[in-house]
Amino acid sequence: MAPHTERLTRPAVRLRGLTRSFAGRTVLDGIDLDLPAGQFTALLGHSGSGKSTLLRAVAGLDHGVEGSGEISAPERVSVVFQDSRLLPWRRVLPNVLLGTDGKDAAERGRAALAEVGLAGRERAWPSELSGGEAQRAALARSLVREPELLLADEPFGALDALTKIRMHGLLRDLWQRHRPSVLLVTHDVDEALVLADRILVLDSGRIGLDLALDRPHPRSPRDPVLGACRERLLAALGVTEEAA
Amino acid sequence: MTTTAPSTSASRTADGTAASTGTGARPGRKRSRRTLTPGRRVPAGRLIGPAVVLALWAAGSAAGQLDPGAIPAPWTVARTAVRLWTEGTLPSDIATSLRRAALGFAIGLTAGVVLALASGLSRIGEALIDGTVQLNRAVPTLGLIPLFILWLGIGETFKIAIIAIVVYIPVYLNTHAALSGIDTRFVELAEVQGLSRPQFIRQVVIPGALPGFFVGLRLAVTGSWLGLVVLEQINATSGLGYLMFQAQNYGQTDIILVGLLIYGVFGLVSDSVVRLIERRVLSWRRTLSV
Ligand SMILES: Nc1ncnc2c1ncn2[C@@H]1O[C@H](COP(=O)(O)OP(=O)(O)OP(=O)(O)O)[C@@H](O)[C@H]1O
Ligand SMILES: [Mg+2]
Repeated sequence: MAPHTERLTRPAVRLRGLTRSFAGRTVLDGIDLDLPAGQFTALLGHSGSGKSTLLRAVAGLDHGVEGSGEISAPERVSVVFQDSRLLPWRRVLPNVLLGTDGKDAAERGRAALAEVGLAGRERAWPSELSGGEAQRAALARSLVREPELLLADEPFGALDALTKIRMHGLLRDLWQRHRPSVLLVTHDVDEALVLADRILVLDSGRIGLDLALDRPHPRSPRDPVLGACRERLLAALGVTEEAA
Repeated sequence: MTTTAPSTSASRTADGTAASTGTGARPGRKRSRRTLTPGRRVPAGRLIGPAVVLALWAAGSAAGQLDPGAIPAPWTVARTAVRLWTEGTLPSDIATSLRRAALGFAIGLTAGVVLALASGLSRIGEALIDGTVQLNRAVPTLGLIPLFILWLGIGETFKIAIIAIVVYIPVYLNTHAALSGIDTRFVELAEVQGLSRPQFIRQVVIPGALPGFFVGLRLAVTGSWLGLVVLEQINATSGLGYLMFQAQNYGQTDIILVGLLIYGVFGLVSDSVVRLIERRVLSWRRTLSV
């Protein structure tokens, strides 16, 4: 019981005064943010607003970037990139197992592939997968490590609308089963509305809007409550929606 | 990549024909797009050109159009080859030449790979090695022959050393470029997946550098034969080149042609072996070119 209650009380990610700049231009300007364990959070923002910069800072990938502030993040973090980033010289299963060892690793890899609907494709080369399949393989690779925190930077940005909808369902399912904390960077407002329980808008280097979203799943983008949220988000993003 | 061309174009044509018969059910004019590939390969197509040349050569000789002193008939060359093989020094000359090439190649390959790894994987190694090799590369290796003769004498050692240098340079340059040109996206991935440095090198850097290594290897194979030919014709007392050099003194064109043919066979066989290995090792690339 003890670790469980601790998970509930201690935030998975804690940022204090996070500042990052490139060549003197401040991109993140003193961000304070707590992500509770097990929460599904989406991060919206204009192109160039610093979403990826924030995500990379949390992932510990921002070597050589000027900045300050305090970051605490869990031990086991997985990142899903916009491209699937499968190593072309490894078949699918070894790709999923990159950086995972142990004698039951192969078994876990197979299970993760089955979870994303890629059972039987273990021996395929990445170049033989479709865009959606490759992205699912990348998802399996991040799951197999049983992350406490899953960071995703526009993971569905390169997919077509239909595949995207199916991937949304899959991601939500996987989240429900494994309950990692999720930080999903996206520029698609509807994607955030359909998936997340909390939506952040990054604006001028700060969190401009922090919106809790308590609607049951699966959600429809036509839900009127979500419609109201959409308007607030678009306003925060500086976009006015023409009458639908 | 070039090695995959045959299968690619073949499968494309197959797809094209399948598609056009499939749409035949629809009445009216069917529009199947014309393929931009050169089309289906002629079986054993590469052999047609050489066969034509051989036929012209034989016909010219038979008709007495070719001066037998300059270009002996194909059958004369064949007879000479058999005679040299059974009665002459040809087997031992071939063995000598092969030994030189193989030793020089092995040493050069090892040196090229080791140096490329040392300089591609560590900054200190790079500082020590890369500039030195670039300098070495600027000097045409065959220009080193006089110096090496003075250092090592005119024996086997100097020949092997020259071939090794000819080989190590392209292997080093291409492997080093591939090692240091690793895609930063994969570096990032390896960090995210928590790979240790040895794991990163073994699982990401080296497999990613193999295509570059093979480019260097193929250049090295060509280079080693070129080096061998030059060395054996300048100063040798045995080997194929020596055989040809002597034939030149006595005006024995047929022997020179036999030597050239054997060099050609060496080159063809070694290139095919490298291609075969490359296709096996880089089998993941086959699907990329589709
Ligand atoms: N390595 C870098 N060097 C210099 N500037 C950078 C670097 N990385 C990001 N930036 C700058 O920081 C700003 C924020 O970039 P970031 O990639 O975080 O934006 P983003 O919100 O993810 O945008 P997008 O939605 O287009 O992906 C941009 O103006 C970008 O030019
Ligand atoms: Mg981005």
